[in-house]
Amino acid sequence: MATTQEASVMKPHQTERTGPKRAIRVMGVSHGFGELEVLAGIDLEVAEGEVVGLVGPSGCGKSTFLELVSGLAEARSGSIEVEGAGAGEPTARLASCAYMPQRDLLFPWLSAIDNAALAPRNRGESKRASREAALPLFARFGLAEFANAMPNELSGGMRQRVAFLRTLLAGKPVLLLDEPFAALDAITRGEMQEWLAGALLAEPRTVMLVTHDVEEALYLCDRVAVLSARPTRIVAELQPKAPRSLDRAGAITDPGFTSLREEALRALREHSR
Amino acid sequence: MKKVLLPLAVVALLLAIWELLAQTGALADLLGIRESVSDVIVPAPTDVAQSLWDDRDLLVDNGWITLQEMLGGLLIAFALGVGFAIVLHLSETLRRAFYPILVASQTIPIVAIAAVLVIWLGFGIGPKLAVVALICFFPITVNMLDGLRSVDPQAVRMMRTLDGSRSVILRRLELPYSMPQFFSGAKIAVAIAPIGAVLGEFVGANGGLGYLITQANANLLTARVFASIVVLSAFALILFLLIVAAERTLTPWGRKELS
Repeated sequence: MATTQEASVMKPHQTERTGPKRAIRVMGVSHGFGELEVLAGIDLEVAEGEVVGLVGPSGCGKSTFLELVSGLAEARSGSIEVEGAGAGEPTARLASCAYMPQRDLLFPWLSAIDNAALAPRNRGESKRASREAALPLFARFGLAEFANAMPNELSGGMRQRVAFLRTLLAGKPVLLLDEPFAALDAITRGEMQEWLAGALLAEPRTVMLVTHDVEEALYLCDRVAVLSARPTRIVAELQPKAPRSLDRAGAITDPGFTSLREEALRALREHSR
Repeated sequence: MKKVLLPLAVVALLLAIWELLAQTGALADLLGIRESVSDVIVPAPTDVAQSLWDDRDLLVDNGWITLQEMLGGLLIAFALGVGFAIVLHLSETLRRAFYPILVASQTIPIVAIAAVLVIWLGFGIGPKLAVVALICFFPITVNMLDGLRSVDPQAVRMMRTLDGSRSVILRRLELPYSMPQFFSGAKIAVAIAPIGAVLGEFVGANGGLGYLITQANANLLTARVFASIVVLSAFALILFLLIVAAERTLTPWGRKELS
């Protein structure tokens, strides 16, 4: 009945019969800039703790989509709910989402730990308290010795790790990762993918990962949506059979994985023009 | 060391040429000045050095007055410059309303305004502070506003998802980010501060290096004029070096884009 469905939307903590509770629901979202139509009706649901990848050609509006989900901008039409905060409540969505940009954007005037602890600091906690909040994560992810390093003393991979901790420390249930490893070289990227897989197993969050790298998406995500070129729609949804693992080399050479990758690439090719 | 040696060598060379031309009377000939008065009108660097020593009490007393005017005026200029930059950055409306006026304020012939300021504020330190502040706030405002406005919008968006309020974003991202540009403006400001102070004194004063220059000029004490100029330049140079030192200490990351 419609009323009971409404009730479950209104009360996000109520577990639905069908499985884990829904964290993000995107319905018929279209958006554009002036005459340019960027998103043409996106529907997507993400369950709590699920890692969903969005793969698409350059300029297809992946980043724009993340901005809409996070509440930094409002879509022209359609509705977006994050953790029960719906359309017309962008600030409430902002309160549930942490955004990790493609470039690490570490502030050169802050040490690694102060960069990571920006969110608690922004909320008004003392420098000491926010560092204390960040330190266990640094230790846990093998960054303890770099806590007091300045960003220019860190390698690209290290900087990206600090940037990810900064996103985690925002303490939000939903992480929006915008091509987090696109700027890294191939070897570091592979290492970082394994590191992120481990981090997300240790600190489970609802994640939307935007990337143009099919392999990265299929390795890191529970589900991958393939996007078309502008005006952007979802043209395929793929679900890796194996659960997320720390063994990247093993995962990406699995026959099931390679056939999914072919399928994703085919979908991308078909819809990239 | 090489960085210092080269300009010093150039200065020494120029001084030597000047000394030679002045001693041989060639400079006076060039200017068409009769030999009998050429020593007075065209002093050699050694004459200026002599004056620096002989007139040291005069230079110290009047120099102190001018230094106070410069520092006071710069203080006002820094406060106004930074204040304007922040306000104009935060409000699009105010920026559009007042930015043209700020630019227009720099097109006023400052000598003319200085005369009026003396009428309004008297012969004391007031009009000098006003002139210094008026010419020095502008480079600070313009540079710092550029700095504030060049902050990566991605970083601002990120700060918003990290629970940064408007004032937190200003304090923790935009202000530190614009520090290098603030220092660029500050360097220009301290370099032109002596111009403002001397100009204020030219129009009406009873002390200061600008006053001393006017008096010495009228009495054909040309060496003293040059001695005063040397002191003024030294003030500007020292302030400039202080700003450079502050910049190195406070913004060791330099003018780098966020990566």
